Amino acid sequence: MVAQILFLVLTLAAIALFTVNLRKIIRNIRLGKAVNRNDQPAKRLITMLRVAFGQSKMVVRPIPAFLHFFVYIGFVIINIEVLEIMIDGIFGTHRIFNGLGGLYNFLIASFEILAFTVWVSCAIFLIRRNILKLKRFSGVEMKSWPKSDANYILITEILLMTAFLLMNAADAKLQSIGAGHYVQAGAFPVSQYLINLLPSTESALVIIERSCWWFHIIGILAFLNYLPYSKHFHIIFAFPNTYFSNLEPKGEFTNMASVTNEVKAMLDPSFVPAESEPGKFGAKDVTDLTWVNLMNAYTCTECGRCTSVCPANITGKLLSPRKIMMDTRDRITEVGQNIDKHGAEHQDGKSLLDDYISREEIWACTSCNACTEACPVNIDPLQIIVELRRFAVMEESQAPASINAMMGNIENNQAPWKYSPADRFNWAEGS
Amino acid sequence: MEFKVPTMAELMAAGEEPEILFWVGCAGSYDERAQKITRDICKILHHVGIKYAVLGTEESCTGDPAKRAGNEFLFQMQAMTNIEVLNAYNIKKIVTGCPHCFNTIKNEYPGLGGTYEVIHHTQLIQDLISEGKLKAEGGESFKGKKITYHDPCYLGRANGIYEAPRKALEVLDAQLVEMKRCKSNGLCCGAGGAQMFKEPEKGNKDINVERVDEALQTNPQVIAAGCPFCMTMLSDGIKLKDKEQEVKVLDIAEITARANGL
Ligand code: SF4
Ligand code: SF4
Repeated sequence: MVAQILFLVLTLAAIALFTVNLRKIIRNIRLGKAVNRNDQPAKRLITMLRVAFGQSKMVVRPIPAFLHFFVYIGFVIINIEVLEIMIDGIFGTHRIFNGLGGLYNFLIASFEILAFTVWVSCAIFLIRRNILKLKRFSGVEMKSWPKSDANYILITEILLMTAFLLMNAADAKLQSIGAGHYVQAGAFPVSQYLINLLPSTESALVIIERSCWWFHIIGILAFLNYLPYSKHFHIIFAFPNTYFSNLEPKGEFTNMASVTNEVKAMLDPSFVPAESEPGKFGAKDVTDLTWVNLMNAYTCTECGRCTSVCPANITGKLLSPRKIMMDTRDRITEVGQNIDKHGAEHQDGKSLLDDYISREEIWACTSCNACTEACPVNIDPLQIIVELRRFAVMEESQAPASINAMMGNIENNQAPWKYSPADRFNWAEGS
Repeated sequence: MEFKVPTMAELMAAGEEPEILFWVGCAGSYDERAQKITRDICKILHHVGIKYAVLGTEESCTGDPAKRAGNEFLFQMQAMTNIEVLNAYNIKKIVTGCPHCFNTIKNEYPGLGGTYEVIHHTQLIQDLISEGKLKAEGGESFKGKKITYHDPCYLGRANGIYEAPRKALEVLDAQLVEMKRCKSNGLCCGAGGAQMFKEPEKGNKDINVERVDEALQTNPQVIAAGCPFCMTMLSDGIKLKDKEQEVKVLDIAEITARANGL
C-alpha cells in the first residue's frame, strides 16, 4: 500500500512538473510573431509522417540512421510497457497483461530485443562522440552543457535498459523457483543470459527485481522532466516542427508586407495602405522572429548536420547554423526567465544580435540552403540569418561597405555593378 | 552576331508578341564572360526558331542580391518596377540565363503582382532536346569527354531542378562524372546570398577554392555550370590552381551551342 501511494505521488508530481515546464516553453514560443502555417493540412500531415515518423531525412547518413532507428522504435514501443508499469504500480498487481498469453510473451520478448538494440546503439553513439570524436560533434557551440547533455542522455538510456533487462532476469528466476506473486509470464530471449549472474535466494532476487522496477520507472519520470532542458526535447517537438515546416520552395524568401505598403506608396502617391502596425524591420531579438523560428530552436537536436554541410563553416568561417539555433533557444529561454522573474515588461538590455550572434556570422552566409536541406527535422536556420540581416540593413544601415556599394549601384544604375543602364544591351553587339 | 536580337519594344511597335521573353540578368548583360553565355542562349533560340525577345535597356536588376542582403525595400522597388514593365508587355513566359533571376521572378514576384511561367535556360534546352529540335551534331564533339556538373544552389536545392542540366549533357555522349557533393548535397560556389559583391569573411579557405578542389578530384576536362555567378567563382578557382589549360569551365548553353555548331 505504501509503495502504491508513493508510486502515485511520484508519477503525479513528475507529470505536473513536466506540464508546468512544457507550458512555459509553449508560452515562450508564443512570444514570436504570427505566421500562418495552417494551410495545406494534407501536405503538412504527409510531411510529418515522412520526416518525423518515417525518419526520411536520416537515411542520408545510413549508419547513424540505422542506430537511431533502433533507439527511436525502442522508445516508441517501450511506451507500451510503461503502461503496464503504471497499472501495476497503482494497483499493486504484477504483470497485469499476462492474461494476453502468447501475445504477452511475444511482446515481452520483442521489448527485450529492442532494449538490447537500444543498449548497443547508445553504446556505439557514446563511442562515436567521445572516442572517435566525430568532427560533427565538436565546434565552439558544443562545449560544456551541450556536450554533457548528449552523454547524460545516452548513459541514462543505457542504465534504463540495463535495469529493464536485469529486472526481467530476476523475474524469470523468481518464476522458475515458484515464488508467490511472480506469475508465470513473459519470454526472455535476452535476459535469460543474465540469470546465472544473479543470486539464488528468493529475498535477494525480490530486492533486485523491485529495485530495478523502481529504478526503471523513476528513471523514465526523471527523463521526462529532463527533456525540457535538453536537446532531447526533439522526441516530442520533431512532430509539430515538421508539421509546421516551410512547404514553399527553399529559395523563396518572404515578401515583407509592411515594406510592400511603403513601396507602393512611394511608387504611387495616390495609394492608401491598409492600416498596419509599424513594428521594426527584421529581427534584433528573438521576439522579432516568428513562433516557427522559436519552435525550431526548441526542436534542434544539436546533431550538427547543418553545420557539417555549411560552405561557410566548412571553409573555417565563424558561421555555424547549429549555433544560430542554439543561440536562439538560449536567448528565448533567457527572455522567458526574465518574464517569470520580473514580469512581461522587463528589458534586460540584451538581444539575439550582437549578444549571442555576431555580425561576422550573419554576413558569412551564402543562403545556399544546405543547412535546411540537411536538417532531419526541417529546421530553417537561414530564415533567422536573413531576419537578422534585414534588421542590420533596414533599421541600422549597418551593412559591410561593399554591400552598401552594391545596393547603391542597384539604386542608381539598376545593376549591382557600376555600369550605365544605357550600356545594358551592349552584349548584343559583340560576338 | 549575325542576326539581330529582337527587343520587346521593337516587337510591340510591329504589333507582335513573342512566345517567350529571355530575361538576361545583370551578370548576363555586363559581365564579359557571362555575355558569351547570353549570346549563346540567343543563338540557340534563333537556331530552333522560337519567337523570343529581350527587354534590352528596359531590363533592370531583379533585386535578388538586395533581398538576400536584407534590403527588402530596394528589392521590392526593383521587383515592382520590373513587374510593371513585364505586365505592360503582357509577358506570359520567361526564360532566364541565371538561377537567381529564375528563383526571384518565379517565386517572389507572384506575391507582388507578377505571375509568369518561368523556366531556366537548362530546362529550355532539355525541352528542345526531347522535342528533337536540338541535337548534338554539326559542331564540336564532346564524345567521351569527362564532364562534371556543378549544381547551382538556386537551381538545385532552392527549386529542385537537378535533372534538366544533366539531360542536356547526356545527349553529348560524354562521360559524366559526379562530384562527391552533388545534387541536393551540392556545395555552394560561394557567390550566393550577396557574397558575390563582398570579400568573404575570414576563414581558412575560400568556398570557390574548396569547390574547385572537389571538382578537380574527378579529373574533368570540362566543368559544366548553369549560373553566371558559379561561372565566375569556378573560373577564378581554376585560374588560381593554374589549370586553365586542362580544364574548361563552360555553361550548359555554351556546351549546347558548341555541340550544335552555332
Ligand atoms: S544557407 Fe547559410 S547557414 Fe545555411 S548552409 Fe548555406 S551558408 Fe550555411
Ligand atoms: S538545426 Fe537541424 S541539422 Fe542543425 S543541429 Fe539542429 S537538428 Fe541538427
